Amino acid sequence: MLVIGGGMAACWAAIAAARTGAAVVLVDKGFVGTSGVTATGGPNHWWVPPDPVARREAIDRRMATAFGLADPEWMARIIDVTWRLLPQLADHYPFATDGKGGTFYSGVRGPEYLRALRAFATASGARILDHHPALELLVHRDGSVAGAAGYARLHRRAWMARAGAVILATGGCAFRSGLIGSHTNSGDGYLMAAEAGAILSGMEFSTAYSLSPAWNSTRTLPYFAARFFDAEGRELDIPPPMTGTPHLQALAAAMLAGPVHADLADAPQLLKTILRDIQPASLTPFERRGVRLFEERFEVKLFGEGTIRGTGGLRIVDEHCQTDVRGLFAAGDAATRELIAGATSGGGAQNSAWALTSGHNAGEGAARLARSIGRRAQDPARGTGQAGLRPASAVRAVDGQAVLRTVQAQTIAYDKALWRSEASLVASRACLDDAWRELSHHHHADGLDQVGARELAAMTATARWCIAAALARDESRGMHIRTDRPDMSLDKAFRLLTGGLETVWTRPETPAAQSRDTSIAA
Amino acid sequence: MIAHIFADRCIGCEACVAACPTHVLDPGADGVPVIARLNQCQTCFMCELYCEADAIYVASDQRHPEWIDPDTLAASGELGSLRRGYRWTRENSQPGSLDQFWRLGPLLREGAEIAARRYRDRHPGQPDV
Repeated sequence: MLVIGGGMAACWAAIAAARTGAAVVLVDKGFVGTSGVTATGGPNHWWVPPDPVARREAIDRRMATAFGLADPEWMARIIDVTWRLLPQLADHYPFATDGKGGTFYSGVRGPEYLRALRAFATASGARILDHHPALELLVHRDGSVAGAAGYARLHRRAWMARAGAVILATGGCAFRSGLIGSHTNSGDGYLMAAEAGAILSGMEFSTAYSLSPAWNSTRTLPYFAARFFDAEGRELDIPPPMTGTPHLQALAAAMLAGPVHADLADAPQLLKTILRDIQPASLTPFERRGVRLFEERFEVKLFGEGTIRGTGGLRIVDEHCQTDVRGLFAAGDAATRELIAGATSGGGAQNSAWALTSGHNAGEGAARLARSIGRRAQDPARGTGQAGLRPASAVRAVDGQAVLRTVQAQTIAYDKALWRSEASLVASRACLDDAWRELSHHHHADGLDQVGARELAAMTATARWCIAAALARDESRGMHIRTDRPDMSLDKAFRLLTGGLETVWTRPETPAAQSRDTSIAA
Repeated sequence: MIAHIFADRCIGCEACVAACPTHVLDPGADGVPVIARLNQCQTCFMCELYCEADAIYVASDQRHPEWIDPDTLAASGELGSLRRGYRWTRENSQPGSLDQFWRLGPLLREGAEIAARRYRDRHPGQPDV
């Protein structure tokens, strides 16, 4: 079986599958150890001891902030799997003290975590192929997934893999916002899956942002106590970070008006002395620019997170994270995280537990399926890739930079994301439809250039699904804010599905699949 | 963005070529990697972290390339500073390098509470945020 992706979900998937005895190949666009947003981060995992009361309370608290779209059974599952699995990394990760005489398991530093996951996956028998971006999925005549094809960019040659099951753990999409670690997160898995017939869910929940110095996106730990000032040095009245949308809207409004500077003098004293021990890379951009982090004001910016801290992604239909395409599984940010976070981000702890658990469950489920049906290597299969690979009309030069600017202007631009309205979304849809038509009809690349062409197509397709879902959800719910529909509708506590390439569609998830979840949530 | 690879320090292991997640580097004919696709550099510093020879310097601005003077930089002691901060070798971490890591969550919450308290003081009578 085949795992596509190289972050934490991909690694946990490869480990789980390999430990069942399955033959596992993991292909990543970049390098397993540095690819994606976890490698440069420091994820905490949802960590609740196996005490039934504590776990129920933890789930109840999260259900209250999920706005009716989460599933308590999935929450229980990710708490349990995370608790059991994370300590198994101890042969490869240097777990240290928790400050209370015990071992600190729940939080791990990104570079060490991914290095450990790579070692664990390799020791479990998975074969890792770095710099092997996948370009398209292969499907059988019966519509089930048959493998994938891509381009080995260090070797400059095409690759093709037939597999009994495929796991997409390709991450979310941040539309090249500059968010640290997200350059590889261009929604590739969404596009490949949609071409093979999969559908998406929750794409309207794609408006998260992270604060960082304007010149270099970092982790956000240093900035939580920040005061903010405009260019004239007047202090801005910004609601605190934990208010979520009001904090973002106030900062974004100020940034649309002019430069915003942060002052970290109020930061916790201890943080000022030990930040380097926790997050060395958060200091580097300041030291190399000659800015004293806690003593001098500096310009800040909000970096779009798209569906990384947003929750949207591929719909999954069972506890093994299978998509609507048989044999195709999705894990981590490639899958919708609404099941555990609903209409809100979920925060780092819940999101990491999701990536770990969905990876693990997908790995086990995919291995079981692959073992039962085999590789079917002799059955005919066809490539499903379209935009950038097999254009619908005559090939001609397409201005990729212009397309990317259009995509960014409709997705991560503050005014479009944080103050959505029917009028602005309809205008965005028209821009993006034009961009998609140009790409899907005329864009074509060969060799190494195929990688960039497909990333651009994936970001454009993802943008269209985000905008279509935001338009269809004509209410405000969680992080999705509609200025023309400021209230949450009681009759819209359903997950919203979207998909399609030539024509994008949306529809509510069927009541039958929803009723169980929402009744418990209510 | 990655600004310079010091040929005199490079040991030709090509760990950076492999480790760069965005394919910025190509192997060089003389063993020293070549910065081939600078426009794909996301300034994540991972090439520096994986360079055991401390032969790479990534400048801090992710928006555009910066010119640095290699001689000044080599003399500054800054080369390898990130890897020393992580206390890394490629396969292992030095003992104790993560002893403070458990404080991340508590310090993050403390910062958020400082901001919330300050806002409450400035807006007395408003509901808690």
